[in-house]
Amino acid sequence: MTTKKKLVVIGAGMASGRLLETLLDAAPGAYDITLFGAEPRGNYNRIMLSPMLAGDKAYEDIVTHDAAWYAEQGIVCRFGEAVTRIDRDAKTVTSAGGETPYDKLVIATGSAPFIIPVAGRDLPGVRAFRDLDDVEAMIEAAGRPGARAVVIGGGLLGLEAAAALRSRGMEVVVLHLMGHLMERQLDPAAGHLLRKELEGRGITVHTQAQTKAILGNERVEAVLLDDGTVYPADLVVMAVGIRPETRLAVDAGLEVERGILIDDQTLTSDPDILAVGECVEHQNVCYGLVAPLYTMANVAAKTLLGETAAFRPLETATQLKVTGVNLYSAGDFADGEDREEIVLRDAASGIYKRLVLKENRIVGAVLYGEAADGPWFFDHIRNRTDISEMRETLIFGQSFQGGAPLDPMAAVAALPDEAEICGCNGVCKGRIVGAIREKGLTTLDDVRAHTKASASCGTCTGLVEQVMQATLGDAFTPQAVKPMCGCTPLGHDEVRRLIRAKELKSIPAVMQELEWRSSGGCAKCRPALNYYLVCDWPDEYADDYQSRFVNERVHANIQKDGTYSVVPRMWGGMTSAKELRAIADVVDKFDIPAVKVTGGQRIDMLGIRKEDLPAVWEDLGKAGFVSGHAYAKGLRTVKTCVGSDWCRFGTQDSTGLGIAIEKFMWGSWTPAKVKMAVSGCPRNCAEATCKDVGVICVDSGFEIHFAGAAGLDIKGTEVLGHVVSAEEALRHIAALVQMYREQGHYLERIYKWAKRIGLDEIRRQIMDDAARREAYYQRFVFSQQFAQVDPWSERVSGKDKHEFNPLAILELEAAQ
Amino acid sequence: MTAMTTEWIEIGRLDDIPRAGARVVKTPADCIAVFRTEDDRVYALNDRCPHKGGPLSQGIVHGTSVTCPLHNWVFDLASGAAQGADEGQVATYPVTVRDGVLLIAGARLPAAEE
Ligand code: SRM
Ligand SMILES: Cc1cc2nc3c(=O)[nH]c(=O)nc-3n(C[C@H](O)[C@H](O)[C@H](O)COP(=O)(O)OP(=O)(O)OC[C@H]3O[C@@H](n4cnc5c(N)ncnc54)[C@H](O)[C@@H]3O)c2cc1C
Ligand code: SF4
Ligand code: FES
Repeated sequence: MTTKKKLVVIGAGMASGRLLETLLDAAPGAYDITLFGAEPRGNYNRIMLSPMLAGDKAYEDIVTHDAAWYAEQGIVCRFGEAVTRIDRDAKTVTSAGGETPYDKLVIATGSAPFIIPVAGRDLPGVRAFRDLDDVEAMIEAAGRPGARAVVIGGGLLGLEAAAALRSRGMEVVVLHLMGHLMERQLDPAAGHLLRKELEGRGITVHTQAQTKAILGNERVEAVLLDDGTVYPADLVVMAVGIRPETRLAVDAGLEVERGILIDDQTLTSDPDILAVGECVEHQNVCYGLVAPLYTMANVAAKTLLGETAAFRPLETATQLKVTGVNLYSAGDFADGEDREEIVLRDAASGIYKRLVLKENRIVGAVLYGEAADGPWFFDHIRNRTDISEMRETLIFGQSFQGGAPLDPMAAVAALPDEAEICGCNGVCKGRIVGAIREKGLTTLDDVRAHTKASASCGTCTGLVEQVMQATLGDAFTPQAVKPMCGCTPLGHDEVRRLIRAKELKSIPAVMQELEWRSSGGCAKCRPALNYYLVCDWPDEYADDYQSRFVNERVHANIQKDGTYSVVPRMWGGMTSAKELRAIADVVDKFDIPAVKVTGGQRIDMLGIRKEDLPAVWEDLGKAGFVSGHAYAKGLRTVKTCVGSDWCRFGTQDSTGLGIAIEKFMWGSWTPAKVKMAVSGCPRNCAEATCKDVGVICVDSGFEIHFAGAAGLDIKGTEVLGHVVSAEEALRHIAALVQMYREQGHYLERIYKWAKRIGLDEIRRQIMDDAARREAYYQRFVFSQQFAQVDPWSERVSGKDKHEFNPLAILELEAAQ
Repeated sequence: MTAMTTEWIEIGRLDDIPRAGARVVKTPADCIAVFRTEDDRVYALNDRCPHKGGPLSQGIVHGTSVTCPLHNWVFDLASGAAQGADEGQVATYPVTVRDGVLLIAGARLPAAEE
């Protein structure tokens, strides 16, 4: 008998486990097998470490191969013995026990958890989440009363660890570098739902968290973030990612990129060495889930037996294993030019589904809240099913297929009378139909008034309209609400109302709860939503600069050649020798090509290179200048005339009032730009009667004007009312602007807003209703606390540096 | 020069670009806008709008599109093609991310074309 060939396997994990099973099944005696494992135990189901951590499984439940199995198969087990070297010439591997010869070698070393390189990462109490030892250490830490855990990483692993530790009674904080959880699988809206769910369980979620250091003396005591936040911790779990474990292969001179390179037969660059599992890279892909690795292991077994088999790139699907959370994602769901999306959002039941289609085939799917159809979609992804036939109802899943395509009208008509239409007010279909018939209602407003249906949160408006349509037929014409943009059927008013009613405080939250049709909005709705959120939650909302037009992002006006203009404030149009000298110096120093007096009584420097902006502002700042917001949907200028200080007709200190208004109101964001002026007498040299807000001073006090226009439209102002003191004038104006801030549609100037709301209504609220005026005023004052930060000095001190410097400058040599 | 044809040139780190944002890489010939989408994909396009030369790097990034800051033309980042009714095409360049490092294909840069 010839001696059997020697097979050595490095790594007793899930991939090699499957390889050995397949190999021994097909040809039990083909090889003498030696199995090395760095862990002091055989193969177990690593995936089940999460349920084990949560207490749902014990170690015995997750062992896949026990000692008896290895013995039966005649495998020589060298557990607890890491291989330290491969000698390809001698064909041996080295471990603590010496050298072991091989004819064929399989590398299945899996991957190593990535540990972020911060101070304190080696302290006792800092663990990865990779093997049984990690889980045992975590369970022990959770056993101590009042113990606190910080999980770094809000991806699959981190969240499974966090939920499990929480269910063991620990205080848990999740730190995540990105803006939303599981950003590789979820878009911001679905990430928002997941976050809500976890917070509901008492887990603290901190996104955009940059870990600076892990603190502690003997063992871990706390985690410190870049922003200064400190979270006390008895346990820190690092779950920020994995790296293919390739060290042996690199040292042995095998071809390695991110992982060990293998061909379709799972052979490495050495024909006697195979590699399988997370340690490999095949056609630029490294896999981190078992399904493709099992396929790969089967191919490797065949290759070892001399049979032909080929591994092909595979789609993968993931599911978050947290009890009570349904989340499924499969395929490639990034969007792209040749791709279309179908998004279904059901805010009331917390459901979010997104399918990405390419040429009538599903290429990716994300399901949250209701994931039962996941495998069905996944099947279509893998089979590249042409879905054009079922496109209309595809997103509703498997159970909707087969019959005739669903017609929403028919569906509503078929609803029984008891079916609830408006959840907020508990109105069923029968009541609506009854009211329409008995009272002869024809408009949505009538139905709202008589039945209260859709009178609260408004999300059932569409359904109510369908009921009306079904009842009235052609007699019903749906209310023509102009949608904000193609991403939503809702109009601006509805969106603003719902942001407040549902306390939505981020763009992803709005998009999820209000069932946005696109996944990330568009250039129309994003700036509008950003403004609404800034206006409604001045203290809580974190301004999303990426949703602002470039001018508001870099605090200067872009010009046709891509340079910028800079307009500093000259309060009320007043300036001084010192200011003018500073401007002259800046113009010389930066070689600024044009200087112009604007129509707004101040000076514009045009043609400045973007890189120079911070330096220009720094010099202007030294002379006391702040940003003039010439670029902002916000307060622009307050023009004044010389008034009673100098003019022989002046009745009041118009310059002083203009300056006071500008100093009080600068920095506030508004739906569209706001321009003001104060004239010292009715001769009106400051042109106050064509401004958004104007004041005409008279002997007896101040006449406040509003709703003028002198741009695309020309329109004289309307009189708001008369007040006696300058102080009153200021308070009335602030209240008026606040009312506009709260009600205006994005990009709607005051004169258009006033036309929509009614001049009398505005006069009533601001002039006659003192309590209301005071409330508007107070809200304005409150929001100014957060708004009055000079954006230029902020940027001189380093904020948003990335906006002003090129990412890289490639010199000739490098670029060639 | 031939040795360089497949060379990837390091231009920074992924984290240097804000999500749904862009940064500029200057080359001897032209500026290149490198975009990062909300879900961390990167694209590189010539930083000149074919309409009137607007700097695309300064536009609002939504999904895998960017809206030019000057007159609101919308371009697909993957193909560089203008969307909707507008017609125009922007050159694109291969970029990739490895271990958080951004790399651009040296051979395809504007200076090396000709
Ligand atoms: C600089 C200036 C012209 C000048 O050289 O005097 C100017 C320049 C621009 N105006 Fe203006 N407007 C300037 C006073 C005006 C005035 C007169 C005034 O404010 O007293 C008006 C008419 C009043 C009004 O606003 O209704 C005016 C009505 C407009 C309009 C039309 C607005 C409308 O709703 O009808 C636009 C377009 C827009 O905002 O969408 C506009 C837009 C612009 C923009 C921002 C164009 C743009 O979007 O890039 C120009 C920016 C150039 C720059 O980089 O500085 N500009 N613009 C004036 C700056 C005033 C300031 O100190 O801040
Ligand atoms: C907590 C957790 C939850 C998971 N959940 C899921 C899930 O829900 N779905 C899913 O598909 N996947 C999941 N995974 C991923 C899955 O477990 C891995 O993809 C799979 O285990 C990889 O198999 P492998 O054989 O390549 O590596 P491993 O299973 O890690 O095995 C590699 C083995 O090699 C050993 N080794 C390394 N170097 C040497 C050396 N020099 N000498 C000797 N031995 C060495 C290691 O100690 C290890 O035991 C999860 C992983 C974890 C940690
Ligand atoms: S009038 Fe027209 S061209 Fe002149 S500054 Fe205003 S927007 Fe520009
Ligand atoms: S320059 Fe880009 S749209 Fe005009």
